[in-house]
Amino acid sequence: MKVLEIKKLTKRFDGVFAVNDLSLEIEKGSVVGIIGPNGSGKTTLVNLLSGIVPIDKGKVTVNNSKNFTKIKPCQIYSHGITRTFQHVRLFEQMSVLDNILVVLTERNIFGSLFVKYGDHCHKYSKKILERVNLWDKKDKLVCNLSYGQRKLLEIARALATKSKIYFFDEPFAGIFPEMRKIVASIIKELKLEKKTIILIEHDMVLIRELCDYLFVLDEGKLLAHGKPDVVLKRKNVVKAYLGE
Amino acid sequence: MEYLIHLGILFAIYSILGLSLNLVVGFTGLLSISHAAFYGIGAYTTAIILTKTGLGFFTSLILGIIIVLIISFLIGLVLSKFKGDYYALGSIGFNVIVLSVLLNWQDLTAGPLGIAGVSRPEILGIDFSNKFYFLILILIFLLIFYLISLFITKSPFGKILKAIREDDGAIQIFGYNILYFKLVIFIVSAVMAAIAGSFFASFVTFIEPSSFAVSESIFILVVSILGGLASLRGSILGALFLVLLPEILRLIGFPVDIAGQMRQVIYGIILILLMLYRPQGLIGEYKI
Repeated sequence: MKVLEIKKLTKRFDGVFAVNDLSLEIEKGSVVGIIGPNGSGKTTLVNLLSGIVPIDKGKVTVNNSKNFTKIKPCQIYSHGITRTFQHVRLFEQMSVLDNILVVLTERNIFGSLFVKYGDHCHKYSKKILERVNLWDKKDKLVCNLSYGQRKLLEIARALATKSKIYFFDEPFAGIFPEMRKIVASIIKELKLEKKTIILIEHDMVLIRELCDYLFVLDEGKLLAHGKPDVVLKRKNVVKAYLGE
Repeated sequence: MEYLIHLGILFAIYSILGLSLNLVVGFTGLLSISHAAFYGIGAYTTAIILTKTGLGFFTSLILGIIIVLIISFLIGLVLSKFKGDYYALGSIGFNVIVLSVLLNWQDLTAGPLGIAGVSRPEILGIDFSNKFYFLILILIFLLIFYLISLFITKSPFGKILKAIREDDGAIQIFGYNILYFKLVIFIVSAVMAAIAGSFFASFVTFIEPSSFAVSESIFILVVSILGGLASLRGSILGALFLVLLPEILRLIGFPVDIAGQMRQVIYGIILILLMLYRPQGLIGEYKI
């Protein structure tokens, strides 16, 4: 079953195509890698799908039912989508625990004012933070965490939303091997839970290890797609990454 | 004693203003420089109603709240689309517009001449022209506003406000329409400022447009920043310090003809020093 269908998606910045007439389909419960050289449109694609950047042209279908040609960032949650960012975007001058609790808050004004965080919220936050080894840092301000810890917290925050589709934008970049293991195991667990993961990554070892399917972008266009082992051997893919 | 009560009333008025602005600037990260406008609307509503109609202070207070609810809703709707420097500039623009209206709508506001003879409240037989009773009354309002602000900032809603302050793009990803959150806190803050304005008009009994210029908005901002951004107690501390400062300067013996200017210079120096050495204010949590 297709969980995400993108048709002829286009985005231009000052006349330059960042994403150019891109169509692709993503199966439910799969881990899909998106690779490509710098500037190939990977992050722009995720930004378009999460409403951070407006779509110029094209259509996106979620779960075979919800179509959109325009979407606001605050609407993606209702589509069961969440994401992390290439450059970590946390709530810096808030505690680690508050960074999780905040996404467990009611979405409407009255609910957020009058519905307090119950025991289940605190227990769930604890479980999530323990998963990324940050429970003992729960009262620390985020701005005092290391880069790797911040990456893990951002992933934890995404997990807290219990979404169906996760966009992870370079979650392994710049983190220690131990932390990489944690992130990899989280992705594997999400897959076991039948969640769909779209993973932007440059590490081909991890791509081979984690991904069921691969899309290769170059200059905003789809260069190749298929099983990682097959796609990564293709000459045009190697050429796009390594040059002549 | 009369002198101390006078200072106490001013302290309470600026505490309410500092508290309310802190909800917008300190907790939500929206650099609003328009608080004097709402303060002025509240003050003028009370002054006009008390001097031109037979209605009482609390009726004027309620009318002021209704007027500010409407205006702050409309202005908040526009400002909520901005962030950062643009928000600050937009808010200054609104303050300038309100000041122009106060100066030029002479039939209603008496223009630069101001409105004199504003009476003090009287409820249930208690005459608040007695300054001590007036002080008690406004301290009760200060306590109520402190508790409301505490409730808001400690609630999950308060966490959303802080998240908007930290990264308004990232929090939207999690399903929050920040426009509503920004609008609600802006309106709450504006209503509190209007109520402070009503008390101010009734207390000083004479108001003029220059009391509600952009410089007053900046002064209220200094109250919030000095005490501490995202700290309710900080706003109270900031108000205490800045209300007492002119009295301290008077004791030092600044000549009367330059005391006013020196006060402005000192406020400016305080703001610069704070930005350099303690951007979160005296007991604040948030650095601009």
